[in-house]
Amino acid sequence: MATKLVVDCSTGITTEVELTAEEVAQREADALAWALAEAEREAEAAAKAEAKASAVAKLAALGLTEGEVVALLA
Amino acid sequence: MAVTHKLIQTITVGSGGSASIDFTSIPQTYTDLLVLYSARSARAAVGDDVYIRFNGLSTNLSSRTLYGTGSATASYSDASVAYIGYAVGDTSTASVFSNGNIYIPNYVGSTNKSVSGDVVSENNATGATQQFAAGLWSSTAAITQLTIYCLNGNFKQYSSASLYGIKNS
Repeated sequence: MATKLVVDCSTGITTEVELTAEEVAQREADALAWALAEAEREAEAAAKAEAKASAVAKLAALGLTEGEVVALLA
Repeated sequence: MAVTHKLIQTITVGSGGSASIDFTSIPQTYTDLLVLYSARSARAAVGDDVYIRFNGLSTNLSSRTLYGTGSATASYSDASVAYIGYAVGDTSTASVFSNGNIYIPNYVGSTNKSVSGDVVSENNATGATQQFAAGLWSSTAAITQLTIYCLNGNFKQYSSASLYGIKNS
């Protein structure tokens, strides 16, 4: 069972306490929420990179040089 | 004599690790609080996020973060938690820790509570980061307890946190 350290600032006494079921559940919920948000961020970044690559390819097909494409996107 | 930084309590995690560090019964006699911490997480990764909550509650929290890895920068928002720092993970170089601080102004006031944090990590490989975070606890309650915890692992042995009270008179 996971434990936490509790420091009572009024006494200076530190105790090691087992996490409650609610605290364990909260910990799992936080980790899940983070994983979902991270997956969303990664998907967004991948979509953005894909759109950029597509745009670069289309500009190149129009006859722009690599330097011109870079200058345009800067 | 002005008391600008008064050490309230300090703690170092023991050999068993710890899921969180809780400071309770925080004195209400200062204007601001400062936490200085050194952290390493048991998570099997380069790093782990450090979150904060107040008075034992996990509601009405939000945060926004800006970070850089040395080769890239990014930012993100959390609408339901207060991300406030970072801990070196267990695949980072052995025996290194992140170093950060967390600042909480007007913690006994009756307005919403803001919190800010900055942290750097160390790793003799890619994956070391510098981060800035701003958080909000939308509550008018005075802060009497604060908890810091790693999202995906326990604090490892020798992680430490010190709580300071700050006032200018």
